[in-house]
Amino acid sequence: MSATSKVPLKDGMEGFVSDWASDQRAFKGVPWGKAMMWIFLLSDTFIFSIFLISYMTARWSTVEPWPNTSEVFALTVNGVSVPLLLIAIMTFILITSSGTMAMAVRSGYQKKRKQAAALLYLTAILGLSFVGMQAFEWSKLIEEGIRPWENPFGARQFGSIFFMVTGFHGFHVSVGVIFLFITARKVLRGDYDTGRRGFFTWQKGRYEIIETMGLYWHFVDLVWVFIFAFFYLW
Amino acid sequence: MSESIIPESELEEVELYHPKSWWTEKVFSQDAKLIAIQYGLTAFAIGFVALVLSWFMRIQIAFPEMAIISEGTYYQFITMHGMIMVVYLLTALFLGAFGNYLIPLMVGARDMVFPYLNMVSYWTYLVAVLVLFVSFFTPGGPTGAGWTLYPPQAILGGTPGQETGIVLMLVSLCIFIVGFTMGGLNYVITVLQARTRGMTLMRMPLTVWGIFTATVLALFAFPALFVSAVMMLFDKLLMTSFFMPALVEFGENLSYGGGSPILFQHLFWFFGHPEVYIVALPAFGIVSDLISIHARKNIFGFRMMVWAIVGIGALSFIVWAHHMYVSGMNPYFGFFFATTTLIIAVPTALKVYNWILTLWKGNIHLTIPMLFCLGFIVTFLNGGLTGLFLGNVIVDVPLSDTYFVVAHFHMVMGIAPVLVILGAIYHWYPLITGKMLHDGMGRFHFWITFVGSYLIYFPMHYLGFIGVPRRYYEMGQTEALYTSSAADLNVFITIAALAVGFAQLVFIYNVFWSAKNGKVAEKNPWKSTSLEWQTPEQPPIHGNFGKELPVVYRWAYDYSVPGAEDDFIPQDVPNEKVKLAEGYKELGVEKT
Ligand code: HEM
Ligand SMILES: [Cu+2]
Repeated sequence: MSATSKVPLKDGMEGFVSDWASDQRAFKGVPWGKAMMWIFLLSDTFIFSIFLISYMTARWSTVEPWPNTSEVFALTVNGVSVPLLLIAIMTFILITSSGTMAMAVRSGYQKKRKQAAALLYLTAILGLSFVGMQAFEWSKLIEEGIRPWENPFGARQFGSIFFMVTGFHGFHVSVGVIFLFITARKVLRGDYDTGRRGFFTWQKGRYEIIETMGLYWHFVDLVWVFIFAFFYLW
Repeated sequence: MSESIIPESELEEVELYHPKSWWTEKVFSQDAKLIAIQYGLTAFAIGFVALVLSWFMRIQIAFPEMAIISEGTYYQFITMHGMIMVVYLLTALFLGAFGNYLIPLMVGARDMVFPYLNMVSYWTYLVAVLVLFVSFFTPGGPTGAGWTLYPPQAILGGTPGQETGIVLMLVSLCIFIVGFTMGGLNYVITVLQARTRGMTLMRMPLTVWGIFTATVLALFAFPALFVSAVMMLFDKLLMTSFFMPALVEFGENLSYGGGSPILFQHLFWFFGHPEVYIVALPAFGIVSDLISIHARKNIFGFRMMVWAIVGIGALSFIVWAHHMYVSGMNPYFGFFFATTTLIIAVPTALKVYNWILTLWKGNIHLTIPMLFCLGFIVTFLNGGLTGLFLGNVIVDVPLSDTYFVVAHFHMVMGIAPVLVILGAIYHWYPLITGKMLHDGMGRFHFWITFVGSYLIYFPMHYLGFIGVPRRYYEMGQTEALYTSSAADLNVFITIAALAVGFAQLVFIYNVFWSAKNGKVAEKNPWKSTSLEWQTPEQPPIHGNFGKELPVVYRWAYDYSVPGAEDDFIPQDVPNEKVKLAEGYKELGVEKT
């Protein structure tokens, strides 16, 4: 990319402001898709924050006791009840997938087509196994009698808010997995080398798309950390 | 005078999608200009429904003995009227229609950054509108919960439309938000990342600033509505108790318990108050531009205007609980929110002063857009002043839920933005269609609408003072509670409302009539400086600008610059190319 312009650059705060307010682009060197993903994630942050605030309010306003999370979320292995076992594994998997995602971005920029595709597939599969375990956890809770509208272990809001928020997060992960598979396939086919146009959007694909995907994926991961802390540890 | 600097191009040109069939060209179009028109027509269509509902309500209030609608229907009509007007008409019109049409043209872009997403945004909006409209024909009809949809009553028996109406309303809102987000991201990124060479942030017209800031607000405020709509849907369909406390209905314990109805109010108004500014900020922006153009004078205090828009936008997120003074929340909250509410009046008042100072000694052309702008200033000022009353806890408590509130919000966010929209349509109609709107019909439309709106809403302040409650379908034995003037006034107001409604029919007729028979507009008929009028073709075609994108050399307010022959200098004209008036050697310097 050529130098921003021939206009001399200013130092410090003044330079920052004048850069920002300059013509053409506020974020220099940032492609449209990436900028758009950032703004979308900011908006999505509001959604998840409001979900979490509602969760706190529910815990506060309900008159029944909140269930003991280290019991509700325990798995029994060989007759021993291990608290938070499943969740620990799920969290580990999701965070690992963030790692493979970051590596995929790097391979993409290095134009290592096959490596990038492989890493993307790996990320997608890790994501898929996360969703699978979540389904397992849900079915376990449902078997124990927890429903959105009732909960044998205490406050009914526990079930409602748990299914709603983890469901919404799981939906994010699932959407991510679908797009990871699509992106991986496109990378493998070499779409981003040939500049083949998107089927719907008619725009030329670029390797930057992997980074944009990555932003989304890391965000979903970060949200999980909050859900983990608020739902399982509190 | 220094040579004009032409910055280098940072962005390579993107290829636009070129439609291959009639369907992709005229219906599933990815051209922001056509999407804008689709948004506009849909919004006006559903807005017209809301207008017709208001006629029924007004006739009912004025002539209760006619009983043209029942009490349940009255609730349903206010709810649909309020929600349609605020969300499906005004928000969609300012952001979806004006945003799509004006942003790319005014910042010098060929289209929005992601045209495909932009197209999907419109079709999603259409689905939201249809889902809402269908609720009129479902068993039980549309919801009658009031546009604020407060639980627990919104989803309980006794509220009309609790069978399906409320579900369709909530679903429709969720769809609307999804669709809006797709469009909104486009508007924000187009403004931030796709401006033409020389178009710095501080050279963008205020219209773009207003729409841009409003879009940012919407992207952060709609999540609150989205989440609360989802939670209320769960309360309704899955019997969860997010917002539902333990309740007894007809002597029976309901299966709800432990939820917080106040939480909904907080979430709703966390969306609801910024929503007021989502509607107001684009209006502020547009009105600033129109005043400047039609008074042939630069806008007074441009930078201040920009900062006021941004400041109002930021502050609007911390005032929401002024809608909840009577909700029983902690009184200290009331103190805090009253303070922030009064603070937000400062940048707002500043804008009003600046509009007036722009007019001061301007070469005011009383064109129809200018008339609407003047109408806006007075109306907005009026609504803003009553806002100061309602922002104070002690004054608000007795006035809450009376007609004073109805008068206040119709003035400030009903009539005022609508006047701007109408003025803006008279202003940009030549650009969009290439024809002028009929002047006589336009003036008739303006005077009836403006004077009529005052006749409708001014007396309502008085009704509020004497304690007439809002959302009542009849006043009952009025003599016992209020003076009989309340009943007479209601008849008067209804007559005015019907007259205003009639004037809108004239306007609609004008829009269609002029598209065919109107006078052909000359190029840039208002002699405006901003880029949308500098396109090679008028109306602009796909891709907006010719082969080369324009380069911008100046702000959008170079009107009546001393030394220039014309009284305006378009943004894409460098100083060297400005034709000087006789006797001048340089721009901006006194005659030598
Ligand atoms: C001349 C046009 C209009 C007329 C005659 C009109 C009339 C009415 C009437 C009769 C009510 C019910 C008052 C009550 O019983 O409490 C109402 C409520 C309302 N109107 Fe309008 N209106 C008009 C335009 C607008 C516009 C442009 C907006 C856009 C902001 C708007 C927003 C609302 C809202 C938010 C409510 C409150 C609904 C509720 O209480 O849930 N109106 N209007
Ligand atoms: Cu407010």
